[in-house]
Amino acid sequence: MPARCAQRILSLYAINIIANECFSLTADWAGTRPAPTKYMKNLITSALMILVFTFALGVIYPLAVWGVSQVVFPYQANGSLIKNANGEIIGSELIGQNFATDNYFHSRPSAAGNGYDAGASGGSNLGPTSQKLIDRIKTDAENLQKENPNQQIPADLVTTSGSGLDPHISPAAAEFQIARVAKARKISEADLQKLVAKFIEGRDFGIFGEPRVNVLKLNLELDKQWSVASVQ
Amino acid sequence: MTTSGIFQILLYLVVLTLLVKPMGVFMTKVYNGEKTFLDFIFKPIERLIYKLCRIDAAQEMNWKQYGAAMLIFSLVSTIALYFMQRWQFYLPLNPQGLSGVSADSSFNTAVSFVTNTNWQGYGGETTMSYFTQMAGLAIQNFKSAAVGMALAVVFIRGIARFETDNLGNFWVDMTRSILYILVPLSFLAAIFFVSQGMIQNFKPYDTAQTVEGIQQTIAQGPVASQVAIKMLGTNGGGFFNANAAHPFENPTPFSNFIQMLLIFIIPGGFTYMLGRMTKSAGHGWAVYGAMIFLFLVGTFTAYWAESKGNPLYPATVNQQVVGGNFEGKEVRFGVANSALFATITTDASCGAVNSMHDSFTPIGGLVPLTNIMLGEVIFGGVGAGMYGMLVMIILTVFIAGLMVGRTPEYLGKKIEAYDVQMAMLYALIFPLIILGLAAVSAIAPDFGLSSLNNQGAHGLSEILYAFTSGTGNNGSAFAGLNANTLWYNTTLGVAMLVGRFFMIIPMLAIAGNLARKKQIPPSLGTFPVNTPLFAALLVSIVIIVGALTFFPVLSLSPILEHFQMMSGQTF
Amino acid sequence: MKKEISIWDQKIIAQALIDSIKKLNPKTMLKNPVMFVVEVGAAFLTLKVLGNIFTGTNGNFGFEIQITLWLWFTVLFANFAEAMAEGRGKAQADTLRKAKTETNAKLLKKDGSTEIVSATKLRKDDVVLVEAGEFIPGDGEVIEGVASVDESAITGESAPVIRESGGDRSAVTGGTKVLSDWIKVRITSNPGETFIDRMIALVEGASRQKTPNEIALNILLAGLTIIFLLAVVTLQPFAIYSNAAQTIFVLISLLVCLIPTTIGGLLSAIGIAGMDRLVQHNVLAMSGRAVEAAGDVNTLLLDKTGTITLGNRQASEFIPLKGVDEKLLADAAQLSSLADETPEGRSIVILAKERYGLRGREVHELATHTEFVPFTANTRMSGINLDNREIRKGAVDAIEKYVANVNGYKPSPELREIVEKIAKAGGTPLVVADGRKPLGVIYLKDIVKGGMRERFKQLRQMGIKTVMITGDNPLTAASIAQEAGVDDFLAEAKPEDKMALIKREQAEGKLVAMTGDGTNDAPALAQADVGVAMNTGTQAAKEAGNMVDLDSDPTKLIEVVEIGKQLLMTRGALTTFSIANDVAKYFAIIPAMFAATFPVLNALNIMALKTPQSAILSAVIFNALVIIGLIPLALRGVKYRALSASSLLQRNLLIYGLGGIIAPFIGIKIIDVIITALGLA
Repeated sequence: MPARCAQRILSLYAINIIANECFSLTADWAGTRPAPTKYMKNLITSALMILVFTFALGVIYPLAVWGVSQVVFPYQANGSLIKNANGEIIGSELIGQNFATDNYFHSRPSAAGNGYDAGASGGSNLGPTSQKLIDRIKTDAENLQKENPNQQIPADLVTTSGSGLDPHISPAAAEFQIARVAKARKISEADLQKLVAKFIEGRDFGIFGEPRVNVLKLNLELDKQWSVASVQ
Repeated sequence: MTTSGIFQILLYLVVLTLLVKPMGVFMTKVYNGEKTFLDFIFKPIERLIYKLCRIDAAQEMNWKQYGAAMLIFSLVSTIALYFMQRWQFYLPLNPQGLSGVSADSSFNTAVSFVTNTNWQGYGGETTMSYFTQMAGLAIQNFKSAAVGMALAVVFIRGIARFETDNLGNFWVDMTRSILYILVPLSFLAAIFFVSQGMIQNFKPYDTAQTVEGIQQTIAQGPVASQVAIKMLGTNGGGFFNANAAHPFENPTPFSNFIQMLLIFIIPGGFTYMLGRMTKSAGHGWAVYGAMIFLFLVGTFTAYWAESKGNPLYPATVNQQVVGGNFEGKEVRFGVANSALFATITTDASCGAVNSMHDSFTPIGGLVPLTNIMLGEVIFGGVGAGMYGMLVMIILTVFIAGLMVGRTPEYLGKKIEAYDVQMAMLYALIFPLIILGLAAVSAIAPDFGLSSLNNQGAHGLSEILYAFTSGTGNNGSAFAGLNANTLWYNTTLGVAMLVGRFFMIIPMLAIAGNLARKKQIPPSLGTFPVNTPLFAALLVSIVIIVGALTFFPVLSLSPILEHFQMMSGQTF
Repeated sequence: MKKEISIWDQKIIAQALIDSIKKLNPKTMLKNPVMFVVEVGAAFLTLKVLGNIFTGTNGNFGFEIQITLWLWFTVLFANFAEAMAEGRGKAQADTLRKAKTETNAKLLKKDGSTEIVSATKLRKDDVVLVEAGEFIPGDGEVIEGVASVDESAITGESAPVIRESGGDRSAVTGGTKVLSDWIKVRITSNPGETFIDRMIALVEGASRQKTPNEIALNILLAGLTIIFLLAVVTLQPFAIYSNAAQTIFVLISLLVCLIPTTIGGLLSAIGIAGMDRLVQHNVLAMSGRAVEAAGDVNTLLLDKTGTITLGNRQASEFIPLKGVDEKLLADAAQLSSLADETPEGRSIVILAKERYGLRGREVHELATHTEFVPFTANTRMSGINLDNREIRKGAVDAIEKYVANVNGYKPSPELREIVEKIAKAGGTPLVVADGRKPLGVIYLKDIVKGGMRERFKQLRQMGIKTVMITGDNPLTAASIAQEAGVDDFLAEAKPEDKMALIKREQAEGKLVAMTGDGTNDAPALAQADVGVAMNTGTQAAKEAGNMVDLDSDPTKLIEVVEIGKQLLMTRGALTTFSIANDVAKYFAIIPAMFAATFPVLNALNIMALKTPQSAILSAVIFNALVIIGLIPLALRGVKYRALSASSLLQRNLLIYGLGGIIAPFIGIKIIDVIITALGLA
C-alpha cells in the first residue's frame, strides 16, 4: 500500500500531464482526442512577450524613472554627493566614511571591503555565538574604554552595520566621542556638545526609525568651525 | 522593546489594513477584465501588446494549457537571462567594463530571478552591468511577479467558478498584472524613493577623496527603478550586495516604511480579492486575520529576542542604548525596524534585507527561518503566498472539516481524494528538498561545510537557511555562507526550480479540479470558513504542518544556539 | 436480533486477541500504510536486538528490548481495534446467519407440480410454494396468495405481518416463516446474493470497500507518514554534524511517535463500527458509501403519514350548525361512533366523554332495536339506527346526498363554510346528521407525532432541510407542515412529483435522502442519494434504495443521517487528536535525544522526564496505549449532538484538538513516573 500510494502519487503527478500539454506528446489525458500543438505557439508567444516586455520594462520604464528623477530630484538621483569648494567629490551624505584620527567623530566599524568600501557593501555576517565576533568586540571595547573610561560604550560603536556603509551613529555614540574629539581639537566639551546636539536628526516625522547623527556632516561642520590646521 | 518601536510596528499594521480593501477591489477589477481608472493609459498599450504577440485575449485556457504556457514562458525567460549575463561584456551600458558571469553563477542567477527567488550568490555592484541589472534582472522582477500573481488568480478562479474547465488566459493575466498593478505602483514608488535619496543614474562609479584623504569608490546606477519592483514584486534581489541595508537602496526610515508596505500590499490585496471573487468577504478577512496573527507573533518574537541583546558582549558595551543586538543593523532603522523588516521579508517571499539575518540572535534568526519553513504563506510572495495559503486552507478544511460530520467542503466545493493528494504532494516537496539537500551538505566536509562562515549550531543554521530560502523562493540569506560555489550554485538552483515549478503544478491541478466541481449551497451545516475560529484553525494547521517537520533540525540549530548563547558558549 | 453488544463482551475480545496476531501478516498490513511502517520498524529493531544478542555488543539491552516490544504492541493494539470492530460485526452477522438455516423449498414446475429442492439451488425467477409452518427459502415477491409471516428473525418484531400478492406488501425475505395460509413466491436473488448474505458480508468487513472520505484520509495519513519519515531520516546527518549521532532505536521511536498511528490504527475500526451501528438500528446499508452520503444529506423527504403524523386522525372539536346545541351534536356523534372501532371513531367517543361528560353507553339501554350501519364504499357513511332514529356521519358530499334524498333538503351554505374552514386548517371534516337533518361537523385532526417539531428544529440547526410529502391538498398540507415545523412540503404529490423534486434539489448540488415502500417509489429511491426502503415494501423498492429499514419505520431516516454524521465526526476528531499529539511527543523525545551531547537542551524537557531513556520509552508507550484507550471511542463514535457546524467545530476542536495537545503531556509524564518507579528505565 505505501508502495502503491507512492506509485499513484507519482503516476498522477501532474507534470506528466503538463508535459503532454507542452509538447503534445500523446493524446489528451481524458483520452478523447489529441491536443493541438501548443508547444510552438507557446514558444513564439513567449519569445514575443519577452521582447516586448524587455523593451517596455527594461528600457522605457527605467528611462522614465530616470528622466523624471533627474528633473525633479537631480541631487538625490545622482547620489547626494558632497563636493568641496573645488567641485571635487568628498563623499556622499548617505554613504559613511572611515574616520581614524582622534580629530574626528568616528563612524561605526565596517565590514565593507577594507572598511567603508562603497563598491563592495556588506556586513560581517558573524553569528551571535561567533568567537570571532566576540573577540573583535572585546578588543574594540577595550580600546574605546581607554578614551572614555567612565562611560559604557554604545553598542553601535563596536558593531558593524549591515551595509558596512552606515553613514550614522547613535546620539549616544556621538556623545561618547565628545571627550576625545574635544581633547584632540583642544576645544571645550560644552561647545562640542552643542554642535552634536544640533546634528542629532530625530525620527522621520517624529515616528519612523531612530534618532541618529550623520558622521560625515558632523565632521565637515567640525572642520568648518574649528579647522584642524589651526589646531595643529 | 521601546514604546516607539512597538508604535511603529502597530502603525505599519494599521496602514496595511487600511490599504487591503482598496487594493483588493482594484485587483478584482483588473483580473475580471473590468474597467479601471487606468484604462485611458494602459488599455491601448494592452491591446498593442496582444496584437504584437498574437494573443487571442478572449481565449480561455484549462489548467493544463495554463500551466504549459507558464512553464514555456519561464523556460524561455531563463535561457534569455542566462545568455544576457554570459555576454554582458558585449552588451551596452557596462561603464565598469564588467566581464561575463561564470556559467554556474549565471545558471543560479537566471533560475533565481525567474523563480522570483532573487537569491544572489554574487555581489551586485561588482558583478552585474547596468544593462544586465535593468533589462535582465529588473524586468524579470516584473515577469516572475506577474507569473505568481496570475497563478494565484487561477487558483481563486478555480474556487469561484463552477463546472468549467476555463481558468482564464495566462498571457492576459500576466499582461494585466504588469500593466495595471506593477508598473503604476513601481513608477510612483521609484520616484518617491529618489526623493528620499535613492539614486537613479547611468553614471560610472564615482570616486571620492574622503575627508581623511582616502579614495572611496561610490557605486552608482539605475537603482530606484529596480528597487521599487523588487519590493512590490516580492523579488528582493538587491542592486547592491547589502540590499536594503545599503543607504542608496534604502536611504531613510520613511523609505524603509514604504518598502515594507510595498512587500505586503499585493499579497494583502489578494486576501480581499479572494473574499470578493468567491463572494465571501468574511473568508477573505479570516485569511487576512490568520496571516496578521502569524505575522505579529513573528515580529514580536524577533523584536523581543533582538532587543534583549547578546549576553556574550562584554559588560562595558551598552546594548540597550541602541535598543539591543546591533551587529549587522543600521543606525537609522534601529532594532524594531530591523526585526519588522526581517519578519516581513520572510513572511513574504521577498528576501530583501535591511539588516543581516546571520547576525541576529538565535531566536531573532529563528523567526525568519521559520517564516520561510511555514511555506511563506504569511502574506507570502505575490501570488505564491496566496496559492500556498489556499493549499493550507484545503488541508485545514479536510482535517477539521470531517469534525462537523460532513464531507469537507470549501466555499461550496467538496474536498475529495484528488485534492488532498495534490495538496499533500505540494506539502511534501517543500521539506523533501530543504531537508534532503541540507542533510547532504551538513555531512560533506569538502563541498558542504567548507563554505561556512560560522561553526557549531550557527553553521547548521546557515546551511539550513540557504536551502530553505532557495526552496521557498525567498532569496534572503544567512549571508555568511559562501554560496557562490559549484555545489551551492547548482543545488540551490535546483532547489529554486523545484520549489517553484514542482509546487505550482499540483497547485494548478487542484485549481483545475476545483473549477470542475458542482456547487453545494451553503447551509448551517457547512464548515464555516469566515469565522475567527477558522482563522485560528488555519493558524494551527500552518504551524503544525510546517513546524512539526522542521522542529527536530531546528532544535539542533537556532534553538540549540540560543541555549548555548544563554550559557555563555562561543564557537 | 440482539440490539446492543457490550464493548467488553468476553468472547469477542478473546477472538479479537487471536485475530490481532493473525493480522500481523505483512500482506494484510500493507492495506494500512501507517501501521505498516510501524511494523517494518518493529521487525527491523527485532533483528537488531537479536543481532546484538549474538554479537553480545550492547550494554543497553533492557531499553532496546522494551522499545522493540512496545512497537510490536503498537501494531497489535491497532490490529486489536480492527479485530474488535470486526468481531462485533460478526456477532451481529451470526444472529443474522441463524436465520439462514438450511431449508428445503417446494419448487413449482411449469406443469404445476412441485419438486423439493435445497434452498441453495434456487435461482432467480424460480417460483416456490410456501405453506403454513414453512420457512421462505429466499428473498422474493409474492405472486399469488396471502399469508401471515413471522419476520422476527430479521426485525426482532414478534407480531406477524401480512404478505400478499400485488400492492406494496409483496416482498418477502428469506429465512422468515409463514404462519398461516400459503403463498407462491418468485425468487428474486441468486444464492449468496440475498439480502442477508450481503449484510453479513458488510458487517463482517469482508466486502467492505473504502469510502471516498476514507480514501482521502488515507492519502493524507500516507503523506504525513512520508513527511515524518523524511524528517527523521534527515535528522541523522544533522545529528552527525552536531556530533550527536543517534541509535536506530531512538530514530525509529521518534518516527513511530510522529506518524499518525492513533488514527492510522483506528481508521478501519471506525468504519466497521459505523456500519455496525447502523445494523444495531435495524438498518441495512448496501455500501459504506451510502452511510457516508447520509452524513452529507442536505434535504430530507419525509412522507407525512406515519413519519410526521400518526397514521390516523383524531377528533378535536364538535362544531354545531346554528341553532343546534353543541351537546346534542356531541351526543349524536358519540352514538354514531359507539360501534366504530377505527381510531377515528374511538377518538370521537373519547372527545365527547371528555368535553361533555357523555359516557359511553351500552347501546341496548338506549333502544329496543339497535342496528349499526358500517362504513361502505358505496354510502361512504357509517352510523347507527336506534328504533326510528337514524344517526349518520360521513364526508359532507355523502351526507348531503343522504339528506337530500329524503326531505328535499337544500345544501346549507353554513355547513359548507364550516367544512371548508376545517379543511383549510388541515383537518378532516365529518358531518353528523340525526334523522336526516345535519347537526354539525366533527373536526378530525392530523396529529403530529410527539417530539417531531424539536427534531426538525435540530435538523434545521444542522443545515438540513425537511420536506413533507403528502397526498393532501395544498391547504391541508400547509397547515400540517406548519404545525410539524418542516421547512417545505409537497402537496398532492404523485410519484413523478417526488422524482422531480429530488432532481431539482440535486441540480442545486444538494444531497437528498428519502424513504419509500411502494413500487412506484422505486425510481425516486434510486435517484435519491440516500434511499431507505421499508422492509414491508415491495422488492422493487428494496432493490432501488441503498438502505433497507427492517423495522419499516420512516422516522429512522433521521437516525440514519445522524449515524452518517457521527461516522465522519469520529474520523475527523481522531485525526485531529492524533496530529495534535505530536507536539508533546517532540518535547519528550527531542531533548532526550540531544541532551547527552548538549546539556543546555534540557531546558526543552518541560515535562521533567527522568532520563533520556525513560522519556523516549514513555513516549512510545503512551503512543501505543492511546490506541487501546481510544478503542471504545472508535467503536461507539464521538457523542453526536445536533448543533450547527460552527458550534460542533468549536466543541470538537476544544475536546480533540486542545485535548490532543494537552493529554499526552500528562500521559507521558505519568508513564515516566511509573516506569521510573518500576525501574524499567
